[in-house]
Amino acid sequence: MRNKWIAAPYVGWMALFVVAPLILVVVYALTARDGAFTLDNFSNMLQYAPVFGRSFLLAGIATVVCILLGYPMAYFLARERGRLQSMAMLLIMLPMWMNFLLRTYSWQFLLERNGFFNTLLATIGLPKLDIINTSGAVVLGMVYNFLPFMVLPIFSVIVKIDPRIIEAAQDLGANSIQVFRRVTFPLSLPGVLSGVTMVFIPSVSTFVISRLLGGGKSLLLGDLIEMQFLGSAYNPHLGSAISLVMMVIVLISMGLMNRFGEGEGKAVLL
Amino acid sequence: MGKELIRLVDCCMSYDGEQVLDHINLYINDREFLTLLGPSGCGKTTTLRIIGGFTTPVSGEVLFDGRRMNDIPPHQRQVNTVFQRYALFPHLDVFENVAFGLRIPKVVEEERNGRTVRRKKKLPEKEIQERVLEMLEVVSLKGFEHRRITELSGGQQQRVAIARALVNRPKVLLLDEPLGALDLKLRKDMQIELKRIQQQVGITFIYVTHDQEEALTMSDTIVVMDKGTIQQIGTPEDIYNEPKNAFVADFIGESNIIDGVMVRDRVVKMYGREFACLDGGFAENEPVDVVIRPEDIDIVPPEEGQLVGTVTNVTFKGMQYDIIVDFKGFKWLIQTTDHSPEGRHIGVKIDPDGFHIMKKSQYSGMFGDYSSYSEEYEELSDADALDEEDDGEAARREDGYAE
Repeated sequence: MRNKWIAAPYVGWMALFVVAPLILVVVYALTARDGAFTLDNFSNMLQYAPVFGRSFLLAGIATVVCILLGYPMAYFLARERGRLQSMAMLLIMLPMWMNFLLRTYSWQFLLERNGFFNTLLATIGLPKLDIINTSGAVVLGMVYNFLPFMVLPIFSVIVKIDPRIIEAAQDLGANSIQVFRRVTFPLSLPGVLSGVTMVFIPSVSTFVISRLLGGGKSLLLGDLIEMQFLGSAYNPHLGSAISLVMMVIVLISMGLMNRFGEGEGKAVLL
Repeated sequence: MGKELIRLVDCCMSYDGEQVLDHINLYINDREFLTLLGPSGCGKTTTLRIIGGFTTPVSGEVLFDGRRMNDIPPHQRQVNTVFQRYALFPHLDVFENVAFGLRIPKVVEEERNGRTVRRKKKLPEKEIQERVLEMLEVVSLKGFEHRRITELSGGQQQRVAIARALVNRPKVLLLDEPLGALDLKLRKDMQIELKRIQQQVGITFIYVTHDQEEALTMSDTIVVMDKGTIQQIGTPEDIYNEPKNAFVADFIGESNIIDGVMVRDRVVKMYGREFACLDGGFAENEPVDVVIRPEDIDIVPPEEGQLVGTVTNVTFKGMQYDIIVDFKGFKWLIQTTDHSPEGRHIGVKIDPDGFHIMKKSQYSGMFGDYSSYSEEYEELSDADALDEEDDGEAARREDGYAE
């Protein structure tokens, strides 16, 4: 096939900007400052185990919250028609058109000690809350920023389910709860899985959200890596090793999830 | 066939202001194989969906065993459906597809301490196993339990859909063009198979199709529909032999439909000539539509024929020849095992029982002319046909019969 050459520019791009840097990261991770081969970068990482734990925990919580908020919305939207559907879609997409940093700064302003929410609480005579610079604020930021990435894939899978399959289930005696549990939900799992991927990965590696809303108190992997490259603790070798380990953990967990959801995934692809 | 099971009373339905069902009255007996037959858009599927509970009629009543069912949702009706294109569950294997209905807890009424208590009851796993396997055997799919749906052929998917519906032991099985997606050979096999299954399980089948041959093969009763109204209800023989109007005559089988006048009982006049027939009960000199089936026409030498025409087209159909004969502008279809070459003058003879007389209806004049059948020939003979065409309607009627 001669046509394969039309993919050449992209392949070149990939080689130059994806594969080469990846090799660099591996090389950095396996060498010391003097360039000699070492595994010290990995053993040194142990002291940061709590950061790994916190990152995966907060990203996990954010993902679960996104499912709980996003799934019902996606389900509702998929059954809706016409104007209401496109209006709701617009509302979901709208925040994504605004700059990511700007959105997160706005949350900082809203959550501050003397910010919008606390002013509001104070005016109605309630005590102020410490929201900013907590793990909760970080999760809130993750959910706010990545929720659309949960809603959209779930929506697009549910909307494609053949209505006759739903009718068949009703015909066989299933009431609406049973139809959902036995048919709609299993068939929507591939959407949930890709939603999880699209929320979890950016959450686990974010550093802007934790910096702005976590106040540096709850250090995440993203912050840690950033510190190694740009910050005070300059050590790109350790930074590369952390990136590499994080990548491997993410790959393993995605692989496990895809295997778990394989059957449904195949079925819906038809 | 048993007693009456379902009755539709004056059912009307419309979508977006367009009437799709116009006062449908119909009853269906227990153990009957009833077919709703008609072209697409005639309202047959809507009628089926009303019985299944997927749509509610705008007006009229749906009665099951005399009880009004209009507002009972599908999952509470003792009816199961085999959907067009099957609608199997893609995430379940064959066994679980069939077991789907059995795994849903049923509300049962029980006597307890002299009171009737309603509670949900699950079938024991052993019974589910037995019933699913038994049903897979009925549809000849034993050994396919753990196949994925996507690994099955169209015919096998069809059988899963039938088993999935029948395993719930419904009183009525609704089938919405279930064989439409299968190839011809498989369709013929499945027709026989469906009839066998219906007789084996002994329940009512309500079958929707636009294929008249399918309807004639399987049904106890055929309901012919068009434009949201019922045109005729009857046995396959009734519908074929005594069509009520030109639409039914044309839709079921092939028909030549000719303008005629009922001179008196048992005498019909067409092409200016009187013919003996078996029909009666019309007013004297009442205009009628005369239906003559292509296989009821004998070809004879011109001097022995009741009418004389010219063969314009011959098609070999395997079992018979389809011959188009021009009787001065109006073209008939004749099916015969004897070959007559194009251009030959032939005579035709029709026995009295070959005439089927119908009252004039809104469909008169719309069907039953085979002029479009041989367009290729038309093009060749246009020059010849032109001057005859100018002679007009009267000439056409007069010149048709034998000298």
